[in-house]
Amino acid sequence: MSFAVAAAGSSPTEYVSHHLEHLKVGEGLWAIHVDTLFFSVVLGALMLFVMILAARRATSGIPGKLQNFVEVLVDFVDNSVKESFHGPRQFVAPLAMTIFVWVLLWNLMDLIPVDYLPLLAYHVFGLEYLRVVPSADVNAPFALSLSVLVLILIYSVKGKGFGGFGKEMLFHPFGKNPLLWPANILLNLVELVAKPVSLALRLFGNLYAAELIFILIAMLPWWIQFIPGGAWAVFHILVVPLQAFIFMTLTIVYLSLAYEEH
Amino acid sequence: MDVSPLTLVGQAGTFLVLVLVTMRYVWPPLTQAMEERRRKIAEGLAQSEEAEQALDKANAEGDEIIREARRKAGEIIEQASQRGNQLVEQAKQEAIAERDRQVQAAEAEIRQATNQAREALRERVAELAIAGAGRVIESEIDDKRHREMLDKLAAEL
Repeated sequence: MSFAVAAAGSSPTEYVSHHLEHLKVGEGLWAIHVDTLFFSVVLGALMLFVMILAARRATSGIPGKLQNFVEVLVDFVDNSVKESFHGPRQFVAPLAMTIFVWVLLWNLMDLIPVDYLPLLAYHVFGLEYLRVVPSADVNAPFALSLSVLVLILIYSVKGKGFGGFGKEMLFHPFGKNPLLWPANILLNLVELVAKPVSLALRLFGNLYAAELIFILIAMLPWWIQFIPGGAWAVFHILVVPLQAFIFMTLTIVYLSLAYEEH
Repeated sequence: MDVSPLTLVGQAGTFLVLVLVTMRYVWPPLTQAMEERRRKIAEGLAQSEEAEQALDKANAEGDEIIREARRKAGEIIEQASQRGNQLVEQAKQEAIAERDRQVQAAEAEIRQATNQAREALRERVAELAIAGAGRVIESEIDDKRHREMLDKLAAEL
């Protein structure tokens, strides 16, 4: 068992809830999740470092290994964007790649054994709590999906103009009769809100559940952990890129729906 | 669900920075490099296509030249062999003519030499006859008897 269980009096419930507690600064609603922000920023910086390194060295001649790897990624994202979004791609494509890689890196943190980093933080830095998977913190997926909501609104106006967007909100889907306007607006608002909510909760739910299962597996006797832990990790290798890909693809689809006339 | 608006705002801000940096410094150089490479490859393929066609053409021309050269070489050999035969024939004729001429010359010389020898022989015979006759005459002469005859001859003058 782990230090936390030992410290908290050996109760499994306490071990789990200890693992689900964020490293916070501040109280109540205005508390800041330092761990989520820290790992997000570190992973984002890592992503930018590698990407910029590849971009700096980019050559149209024979590409190196790093460039090859990054180009595969760029090509993959660019093709995904090309398939669904039929407007200018100079913002949407980098946006999609940022989402994909960043979320992928978040999710990959889940494959680090659950006690490693909290143990390190506790013994080296004296931090009581630490959660290392940003996507398992509901605020991180929602930060992304609400940014996407803002972009959906921007692209709606950009693609259809204020008038066009307003008309769509009023007339779609039931018709132009003024009596139907409230129903139309209500439905459109629900649709609009459902997008970021479903986007964020899908990612959060998957990763939170996965983290929880890893925590539960960590409470088994040490000599048996590798069987369920290994199986779950292998399965998780599938979930990690899949969730990142779904988040990226749905963002592109939402933006293309917003940008184009129905 | 541990909602934290400040964390959310911080995450969104980080996201904005990441997207803007990616858009400004990562995406354009990479896509440009890829596009440039695509263009280079297309050009390279087009050039190799052209080069292949040029090679085919050059090969065809080369074959034509070789064929032509063979034909000419054949002609030249033919001509040379004709000329050679001709020369041999001519040389043979000349040799025969020369031989005939020399034979004739030799014959003429032989004939002349024979005639000369015969002439010389004849003269010599005459001389010998005269000398022999002289000797005979000398021994036969009787001074008395012939004196009378000579004197008679002299008297007749």
